[in-house]
Amino acid sequence: MPARDYIRERFFPHMWCPGCGHGIVLNALLRAVEALGLDKKNFVMVSGIGCSARISGYVDFHSMHTLHGRALAFATGIKISKPELNVIVPMGDGDAMAIGGNHFIHAARRNIEMTAIVMNNRIYGMTGGQFSPLSGYGTMGTTAPYGNIDHGFNTVDLASSAGATFVARTTTYHARELADFIGQAISHPGFSVLEVLSQCPTQFGRRNKAGDAPEMLESYRTGTARIDSKKKRENPDLIERGIFVQKELPEYCREYERIISKARGE
Amino acid sequence: MKNSETKTAAREHHIERAWCKGCGICVHFCPKQVHKLDEEGKACAVRPEDCIGCRLCELRCPDLAIEVIDRQAADRQGKDHE
Ligand SMILES: Cc1ncc(C[n+]2csc(CCOP(=O)(O)OP(=O)(O)O)c2C)c(N)n1
Ligand code: SF4
Ligand SMILES: [Mg+2]
Repeated sequence: MPARDYIRERFFPHMWCPGCGHGIVLNALLRAVEALGLDKKNFVMVSGIGCSARISGYVDFHSMHTLHGRALAFATGIKISKPELNVIVPMGDGDAMAIGGNHFIHAARRNIEMTAIVMNNRIYGMTGGQFSPLSGYGTMGTTAPYGNIDHGFNTVDLASSAGATFVARTTTYHARELADFIGQAISHPGFSVLEVLSQCPTQFGRRNKAGDAPEMLESYRTGTARIDSKKKRENPDLIERGIFVQKELPEYCREYERIISKARGE
Repeated sequence: MKNSETKTAAREHHIERAWCKGCGICVHFCPKQVHKLDEEGKACAVRPEDCIGCRLCELRCPDLAIEVIDRQAADRQGKDHE
């Protein structure tokens, strides 16, 4: 597999549970990077803490494993000092939307060029199944043994209104679409957000009677539809997949350069 | 018509046994039932001659444990199957 050139094989088999969607995200990401034909030395992956965040240990790019919720802040520092790097920031749903919610909206608002991948398993996987801001009303978690009464964020709506200039959603079932969207998100010259529905059979699946990994993947097939598809029109409750926002606005690093030149009287 | 003795497999499935955690995704989704979990719970291509080269097992493997090797140059690209 050509993707093997982009991983640190010495750390395999990886630490994720059998059937964990995060492995499929890694699989697609490697293919996306390979298809872009860029040198792996041009990539830096910055992650926080969580099962999702462990992805940065497996890629043979520059990598940083930082603090829970703070990956975007570290990534911003890296991008500002080395704008020529492609910065990829994989995050968990808790990581991105709970503790890291503020970093998330402000990075989107600034339109700094990087790729935020929200690996949404609707649960705190690593710490044992606490509900997250993406769990959704009525789901079960260790901290919601009688059912969650918090309503979930819609990642796509939140990212779009916060100002992200590329916003997309897909699932681990849709592996080819996933690799395609990751590639497009990386190529986009601004802040890109890709939400990936990624199954956690261990902490979410078991507690919510969602079945094993194949069953959870089946639910991504039946429970989602492409934007503006016949399937979506026939069943408006389905979760939409596709690219929701793709526009160009001044990018933060280039704006920053411009301000420096201006201040220098250049 | 299915006779695995007379058909020669156009593709080979390399499975990294040490990486496979036996989640069953490849077994469940293969459109041609090429894979099975063996007695150790690892993925195993039992009907490689039926493989149509869609590569969905390779793409969806969370363990990065499967590689479909095409013996012929032609590679029919499969879709995600809605
Ligand atoms: C500042 C801080 N607070 C809390 C934690 C404990 N903690 C580690 S991972 C995690 C949440 C993991 O959930 P998520 O971000 O959804 O990632 P997943 O494991 O589900 O991929 C928490 C609360 C921490 N490491 N640091
Ligand atoms: S606990 Fe959930 S998210 Fe963490 S490795 Fe296991 S399946 Fe994946
Ligand atoms: Mg999570």
